[in-house]
Amino acid sequence: MSAAPVKAPAGDRGDAMNTEGPFIRVDHLTKVYSLGKSARLGLPGRRSQAKGFTAVDDVSFDVKRGQIFVIMGLSGSGKSTIIRMLNRLIDASDGSITVDGRDVRSLPPAQLRAYRNQTINMVFQHFGLFPHKSLIDNVAFGLKVRGVDRATREAKAAEALTLVGLGDRIHAMPDQLSGGMKQRVGLARALATDAEILLMDEPFSALDPLIRKDMQELLVKLQRNFKKTIVFVTHDLNEAMYLGDRIMVMKQGRNVQTGTALDLLEAPADPYIEEFVAEVDRSKVLTAGMISKDPDPGMAAAAPGVPARSGHDAVRVSEATVLTELLPLLAAGTERVEVVDEHGTPVGHVTAETVLAALAPKEYSHAL
Amino acid sequence: MRFNIGDWFASVIDWMLANVGWFFDGVAWLVSQIVGAVEIVLIGLHPFLIIALLAGAALALTRSLGLTLFSAAAFAVIVAMGLWVESMSTLAVVLVSVMFSLAIGIPLGIWAALNNTVSAVVRPVLDLMQAMPVFVYLIPAVFFFGVGMVPGIAATIVFAVPPAVRLTELGIRKLDLELLEAAMAFGAKKGLILKDVQLPLAFSSIMAGVNQVIMLALSMVVVAGLVGAGGLGGVVVQGVAQLDTARGFEGGLAVVILAVYLDRVTSGARSLGDVLRSRRAKKEQRAAAATAPVAAAAG
Repeated sequence: MSAAPVKAPAGDRGDAMNTEGPFIRVDHLTKVYSLGKSARLGLPGRRSQAKGFTAVDDVSFDVKRGQIFVIMGLSGSGKSTIIRMLNRLIDASDGSITVDGRDVRSLPPAQLRAYRNQTINMVFQHFGLFPHKSLIDNVAFGLKVRGVDRATREAKAAEALTLVGLGDRIHAMPDQLSGGMKQRVGLARALATDAEILLMDEPFSALDPLIRKDMQELLVKLQRNFKKTIVFVTHDLNEAMYLGDRIMVMKQGRNVQTGTALDLLEAPADPYIEEFVAEVDRSKVLTAGMISKDPDPGMAAAAPGVPARSGHDAVRVSEATVLTELLPLLAAGTERVEVVDEHGTPVGHVTAETVLAALAPKEYSHAL
Repeated sequence: MRFNIGDWFASVIDWMLANVGWFFDGVAWLVSQIVGAVEIVLIGLHPFLIIALLAGAALALTRSLGLTLFSAAAFAVIVAMGLWVESMSTLAVVLVSVMFSLAIGIPLGIWAALNNTVSAVVRPVLDLMQAMPVFVYLIPAVFFFGVGMVPGIAATIVFAVPPAVRLTELGIRKLDLELLEAAMAFGAKKGLILKDVQLPLAFSSIMAGVNQVIMLALSMVVVAGLVGAGGLGGVVVQGVAQLDTARGFEGGLAVVILAVYLDRVTSGARSLGDVLRSRRAKKEQRAAAATAPVAAAAG
C-alpha cells in the first residue's frame, strides 16, 4: 500500500510502447453459467450440452493501445459479461485474456487488486456512485484504495472533476446531480487513478439523447488528450460508429463481425448486421478519414503542417470530419478536398464521387 | 411410539449443568457485576441529573425539541409515581441485554451477509430462537444462573438477538450490485469494501435492528420479573399477584414511557447519519464558496 507499486505499470508502459502488438488480447473467451443461475436470470440463449447457459461463446479480439474498441450488441448478447471478464468481476470459463503481456486469468488476488486499481478502471451504466460519499470522495476512492494520502488524492480528484466540468461542485452529494452529471463523476473517478484502460459498460444509455450526445463529445475530447485504451459497450450502433475505432458486433454470445464502422457499412457479414446498418445515418457516421483515397504523392512528401500547394485549390479538412459537413464544400463546387490528420499531415483526399458512393446504401450499389 | 425429545433436551441441560456449571457461574458473576455498575450510575446520581442526560441524548440523536421536552416530562412522571429506582434498574438490565445482543448479533449478521453457508445455518436457528415461547428459555436459564436478573438477561438475549442478525444481514445484502462492483473494480479489499461501502449504506437497516432489539428486550422485562429480575417487571408481577390494579398500572405505564423514549430516540438515530452528512456537505460547499473568491483574488 506504499507508493512503490504505483510506479510499476508506468515502467511497463514505456517498454511496451515500443512494441506495436495488441495491448489487450482476448483469445477464445467463453463463459458458461450454471443452469440454476441462468434460469433465475431468465436469459435467452442456447445451452451447450448439459453444462449450462453459454453467455459468451469463443470470442477473440484484440485492442491496440489508445484505441476505442466498441462491443455492440443487444441485451443478452454477452457484451457486459465480456467487459466484466476483462477485469475479472466475472471469471471466465475458458480462453485467455492478456493485457500488456500479462495473463489476467492467472493473477493471484493481491495482483488482481493492483491490476484493477492501477491498470483497468470501469464506468458503469447506472453510474455506480457511492451515495454516502461526496463527489470528491467518490472520485478519490481509487486513490484511497491505493493508499494515497488524503491531501494528494483530494487534489487529484478535484483536478479530475474539473476536467469533466464539475470543478465547482466537488463537495456535492451524488443525489443532488442529474444523470449526465453523475456519469461525469463516474468518468472522473476512472480518470483520477491514471489507469490506462477504461471499461465503459453502456455508460450513456441511461441518459436522455441530448445529454448522451454531450457525453459522447466529452469522451472524444478527453480521449484526444488522454489516449486511454477504451473498451466501450453499447447497444446503439450510431454511438458505436461515432466513438469506435473498431467495432465488434455480438449476437447471442458470439462475435459476428469485427471491423471499422466503414467495414460494417460496406461489407456487413450477415443479415443481422445488415439490419442494424440500415438504421444508421451514414452521413453522420462516416468521416473523411474513413473514405479518403490514397494521398497525392506530392502531398505525402510534404513536411507535416506545411502547405504543399499554393492555397487556392487546397481545401483541407480533418480526418474526423463527418460527411454531412463535407456536403456544403462539395456543393459549392470544390472538386477535391484534402484530408489531414491531427498533426496536419495529409492522409488522402475525397471527391464528390467518393462521398456519394459512400453515402449510397449497399443494396443500390449492387443494382448499378 | 413417542419420541422423548423433551427428555433428551433436559438431559443435555443436566449434562451441561454437571460439567460446565463453573462456566455459567462465571458468566452470571460477570453479568451481575456489569449490571450492578450501570445501576450504580443510574440510581446513584440524582434523578434530575439523569433526566437531563436522557433528554440531552434525545436532543443530540434526534434533533427534535418536542421529543426532548416529552422525555423530560415523562421521566418526571416516573419520579412522581415513586418508581424511579425500579425504572432505572430496568433500564440498566435493558441496556446490558441490548449491549450483549448487539455484540453477538451485528458481527453474526455481517458474517451471514458475506457467507451463504453461514446464512443458511443461522436462519433456522434464528427462527427457533424467535418463535419458541420465551418462558421456555426461562426454565434452563434459572437452572444455569439461579434466580435474579441474570437469567432474565440471558433469556432476553436469546429472544432479542435475531432481529439484530437479520436486519444487519439484510442491510448489507440489499446493497446495489453495481456499487459492490464499483468498489471491487477499483481494487478495494474486502475489509475496505465492508468498512467504506457496505456498513455505511447498511447503517439505517442496522439501526432498525438496534431499535427492534431494544423493544424486544423491554418486552422481556415483565417476563423476567417472574424469575425475580426485579425492577419494573417485579412491580408488575407484584401488582398481578396481589390483584393491585393501581400498582400494576403504574408499573405498566413506566414500562411504556421507557419504551416510547427508547424507540423514538433510536429510530431518530437511524437518519442521523444522513442529517450529519448533508449538513457537512453544505458546510463544505459554503466553505468552498467562501474561499473561492479569496483564492481568485490571491491568484
